[in-house]
Amino acid sequence: MLSSVHNWLAYVDFAVEHSDRLLVATLEHIEIIAFAIAIAVPIGVGLGFLITFDDRLATAVIWLAGVMMTVPSIALFGLLIPYFGIGAPSVIVALVLYTQLPVIRNTYVGLNDVDPAALEAGEAMGMTRLQLLRRVQLPIALPVIMAGVRNAVVILIGIATIGAFIGAGGLGDLLFDGISYVRTEMIVVTTVILSLLALAVDYAFSISEQLFRLNNGEQVESSATMRLLQRVIS
Amino acid sequence: MITFEHVTKQYADGTVAIEDVSFTVEEGTTTVLVGPSGCGKTTTMKLVNRLEDPTEGTVYRDGTPLSEFDRIDLRRNTGYVIQEIGLFDHMTVGENIATVPRLNGWDEDEIDARIDELLELMDLPPESYREQHPPELSGGQRQRVGVARALASDPDVLLMDEPFGALDPITRESLQDEFLKIQAELDTTILFVTHSIDEALKMGDRIAIFDVGEVVQYDTPQAILDEPKNEFVEDFIGSDRPLKKLKVTQVEDVMSPPTEEVATAGGVADATAPVQSDGGSTVSPLEPTDTALSALSRLVASEDGRLPVVEDGDVVGTVSDEDIRRSNAGDKP
Repeated sequence: MLSSVHNWLAYVDFAVEHSDRLLVATLEHIEIIAFAIAIAVPIGVGLGFLITFDDRLATAVIWLAGVMMTVPSIALFGLLIPYFGIGAPSVIVALVLYTQLPVIRNTYVGLNDVDPAALEAGEAMGMTRLQLLRRVQLPIALPVIMAGVRNAVVILIGIATIGAFIGAGGLGDLLFDGISYVRTEMIVVTTVILSLLALAVDYAFSISEQLFRLNNGEQVESSATMRLLQRVIS
Repeated sequence: MITFEHVTKQYADGTVAIEDVSFTVEEGTTTVLVGPSGCGKTTTMKLVNRLEDPTEGTVYRDGTPLSEFDRIDLRRNTGYVIQEIGLFDHMTVGENIATVPRLNGWDEDEIDARIDELLELMDLPPESYREQHPPELSGGQRQRVGVARALASDPDVLLMDEPFGALDPITRESLQDEFLKIQAELDTTILFVTHSIDEALKMGDRIAIFDVGEVVQYDTPQAILDEPKNEFVEDFIGSDRPLKKLKVTQVEDVMSPPTEEVATAGGVADATAPVQSDGGSTVSPLEPTDTALSALSRLVASEDGRLPVVEDGDVVGTVSDEDIRRSNAGDKP
């Protein structure tokens, strides 16, 4: 009992003492992920859209993206270093590859999920292929695509840690240091920050997904935050 | 006016949907394409807004071959209503109706006014329906919105593919009746696809009966009932052909001139007053525009052999069992 309280105090002490380093590492971590997502989403959504035209291509692309996810991250970093060098660029490319499955798959499913009768009606009313995409398919698919992105970001937060192994920085640095110097408090505090980061991002995305659904007139079980947001908006 | 000239449509997989079909849909009329499933009626309709293009032959609109029109422009000037409706669930009712006007670049004020006008026409008060989303509506209400959306930019041609097919019989009946009223106010040329001969007889000025890829008979409902061209048409109409005929015949076409008896002052007062039927509910008197079938059903229920026909409070004729029989045999009284 006493020792657990002691440990807990040690964690807080560590966090306070190293708050500068923790903050810098967290920001680096977020920066890497933001870069990766900014590159990954346009590629994934584009691919997801392209494969709606050809079922065989869709199967192949989604299979490939799935295979990507099974490659161990360390191995992938190793393969990328000759092309992108040691450091953040290699990690960002790897992260982009890891996010493709959820983003492509959800885009594909979301776009295909649109009622065929609505598409026929849209076409028959004289919408061009692009208008159909922009006015009908994308708005309906958006919440599903958001769910894919949300999935991808949460995966990235974990994988980006390993990027520290090839010098990308971020919270992974602290984890590896903690392991090397056997400093439990360092490992625990970093892990807690990583988890909180993942939970916060997940929550933020779930809110935006709900907003998109509400905007589409769907019935959504609103969370407390949603209700607060609605009150603020109205 | 839409003209089909020796039109054949063969799909890429080799199935021939329609073969050598020729007929003309007159301006401002409703033409019903009717036939069993797989007879090519829907394909025929889709040729009109170029969702399909013919393999052989030509479809003309007002004398111009459709291939000379821009596909997109053509579709924006052709209303389209389907059984599955295909409303955009992520948009409000108002936005759904605004679809084609927006594509055509109307002013927002103009669009607003048009939405309200159409919702009124469809008996959906704008203040309560405009901002709703389609999933919140009943099937009948959704199809009303579907029709409103198709009419939004006041198209010259309206295509309807089994528009009331998925509705329950009561809603279907009332939507048909309402649509007939609306149709009377429009000068739109309507092409209506159905598999129900009853619906065809009710909605159509002219009917094209399809059998596997060809038009077997193209005529007015009366003419089709009077002279079915062959056994297929006869079977398709069914064994209750005489009753169907009564349904498309109006009382004014069968009634006799008013007789002395009912024309007397007392008689008129009696005749024009609402009649108490057996069930105890009040039935309004027969009008010249009622169907001969409803006249017959009242005759069967009534003790009199002859019922007065009333228009604006005046007796304009009488109708008896005999009058109806005579019309069904083909002669006019």
